[in-house]
Amino acid sequence: MLVTAVLAVPLAAGALAGALPWRRAVGWAMVLANAAVLGLGIALAVEVDHHRVAGGLDGALRADALSAFMVVVIGAISLLASIQSIRYLEAEIARGEHGARHASLYSVLVQVFVACMLAAVLSANLGALWVAVEATTIATTFLVGHRRNDKALEASWKYVLICSVGIALAFFGTVLVYFAALHVPGHPTGASVLDWTSLMHASRRLDPGVVRLAMALLVLGYGTKVGLAPMHSWLPDAHSQAPAPVSALMSGVLLTVAFYALLRFKAVADAALGPGFTRGLLVIVGLASLLVAASLLLTQRDVKRMLAYHSIEHMGLIALGAAAGTTLAIAAVLLHILGHGLAKAVLFLASGEILLLEGTSEIEKIPALLARRPLLGGIFGFGLIALLGLPPFSLFVSELNMIRGEVDVGLGWAAGLSLVAMAVIFAAVMAHGRHLLLGGRGATSPSATSRLVGIPLVGGLVACAAFGLSAWPLQSLLDAAARVVVR
Amino acid sequence: MRSGTALDLVQLASGVVLAGAVLALWRRDLRALTSVLVLQGAALATLAAVLAVEGGSVALGVVAGVVLLAKAIVIPSLLARVVRRDPGSRETAPLVNVPASLVAAAGLVVLSYLVAGRLTGLFPDPLTRLAPLGLATVLIGFFVLVTRRKAVSQIVGLLLVDNGVALTAFLLTAGVPLLVELGASLDVLLVVVVLQVLATTMRARLGHVDLDQLRELHD
Repeated sequence: MLVTAVLAVPLAAGALAGALPWRRAVGWAMVLANAAVLGLGIALAVEVDHHRVAGGLDGALRADALSAFMVVVIGAISLLASIQSIRYLEAEIARGEHGARHASLYSVLVQVFVACMLAAVLSANLGALWVAVEATTIATTFLVGHRRNDKALEASWKYVLICSVGIALAFFGTVLVYFAALHVPGHPTGASVLDWTSLMHASRRLDPGVVRLAMALLVLGYGTKVGLAPMHSWLPDAHSQAPAPVSALMSGVLLTVAFYALLRFKAVADAALGPGFTRGLLVIVGLASLLVAASLLLTQRDVKRMLAYHSIEHMGLIALGAAAGTTLAIAAVLLHILGHGLAKAVLFLASGEILLLEGTSEIEKIPALLARRPLLGGIFGFGLIALLGLPPFSLFVSELNMIRGEVDVGLGWAAGLSLVAMAVIFAAVMAHGRHLLLGGRGATSPSATSRLVGIPLVGGLVACAAFGLSAWPLQSLLDAAARVVVR
Repeated sequence: MRSGTALDLVQLASGVVLAGAVLALWRRDLRALTSVLVLQGAALATLAAVLAVEGGSVALGVVAGVVLLAKAIVIPSLLARVVRRDPGSRETAPLVNVPASLVAAAGLVVLSYLVAGRLTGLFPDPLTRLAPLGLATVLIGFFVLVTRRKAVSQIVGLLLVDNGVALTAFLLTAGVPLLVELGASLDVLLVVVVLQVLATTMRARLGHVDLDQLRELHD
């Protein structure tokens, strides 16, 4: 019941946005719907804690602790993004760039996008999971191209083409897993073969050769959607061209929803092959992503592109954490998914506000933000501190625990390399951040920031810091979720 | 496979899919590419229909119908609409010329037999033995994506990858579960619609659909 409701709420809100002409009240209805998703997600997390499982829609939907955790993450970030969407759409209409119909289309697509992500994490069947992840690409393409200029067009072309190819490879991998499962003697045939429970049941007896090929394709394929090197080239373009609330959703949750798929398949492959094979793949793509981010961050001139490359870094860190694969490391990966999602969403939303007020997102042209717009500058500064993994924010704790996990399984060398890359990125981001926040220009009179912007963004940062100081409300959920994929 | 004719048909259909991929490399006329897709779609639908009759599976029969409708009719006609706006359009300057591309294709076919040898060795079944053809189609699709610069060619590359995956799925598992298969077909169809809209918008705004001239976003 609860599981079905989680999926129905954003769809109903999308239908509402499509039926009514856009105005502020419709925007608030979207906020309300996403708040409801967050609330239902928390209720679901309480219900499924301690190894219980919730189902829905005749067994097509299934929620264990891992799914419930992802619903909470999706709900939290959609809530932040939908509040900012109101401001974005009103500003767009006020400038006369687009009409109310455009705003309606935007709202519908965002709600469909959120529903697709929820469907992905709630699918009982790993084939249906694939369909939902592919559907997120379709729902977001026109959101990336929302501004309809040449750059946005180029970004959406690259985005849909590269991600579709990647996801086709993931489908190939899924087919191979299905093939391997069909050849397990005594395993049920038919539609339920790709169900998580029955697949995990048969996982030890899957043919290792087939699973190896499958896992390589899955890491490459879903890795494309995660934004892991070598298939990351769409990410900086798409995330910088999309409207800020959409960037927040794409960078904050969509990447990690695709990573959720990898976590599930990793559990299957680890049972069939032992942890070594997938660990090797994840270490390679993780370190490659860190290398890409470290080498390209310093040369970025645009705030949103800088943030996009920062996402590639964090996805690389998550891949390394997952490569370690202990309960401690996976719990840290999940906490990192939440912390990165919150901090990155806050920063993208803040950068949207900067673009709105300053008319540009070029770092060079927006110095001394802290003096001119204290609240917005402060949010941006603390957001950067959170993303760089400094205390008190939760990313500090999760990065520390991921590194501990890596050292525990003999990946200390990879952890060491990741620290080097993080140091380079730290220096690059500090250089950009110093100019942006402190800059050279003399002091001007400070101007206030809208409360519609300030309250949710400060709220997001406070939540991120609170989970850093004490993971207490989350710890049992994180452990239960980690044990779903660590046997 | 109970009857020899059925096996013959399956082998023929699989061969046609791979031959289509090679044809797509050979022909630089963009209009010819849409005919290649019709051919591949029809071959895949035939394959699914034969498997449906052999296995007595209604679900697979439905899949065959959907594949015929989506891959052989709707998707090629969407693509033809993009091509028609661009009369006389050819892939003028592929990064690798045609003879070299064909040699590369031969290499990719050999490579896929090496990679998929593991599958065919483990489960010696007449259908499994054809699986390398699917993998080869995927690899050639990749090659088209990397070396061709026209928007239409890139869509064709993506569809070759997709058709290769579909072929492998039919050969190895007689198709994935119905719901997943339908979802996958719908997703691919929507992706092509999205790409068609983007290509049309590009044409309207920029007057061309040449991706080499789209170079505003780079590092």
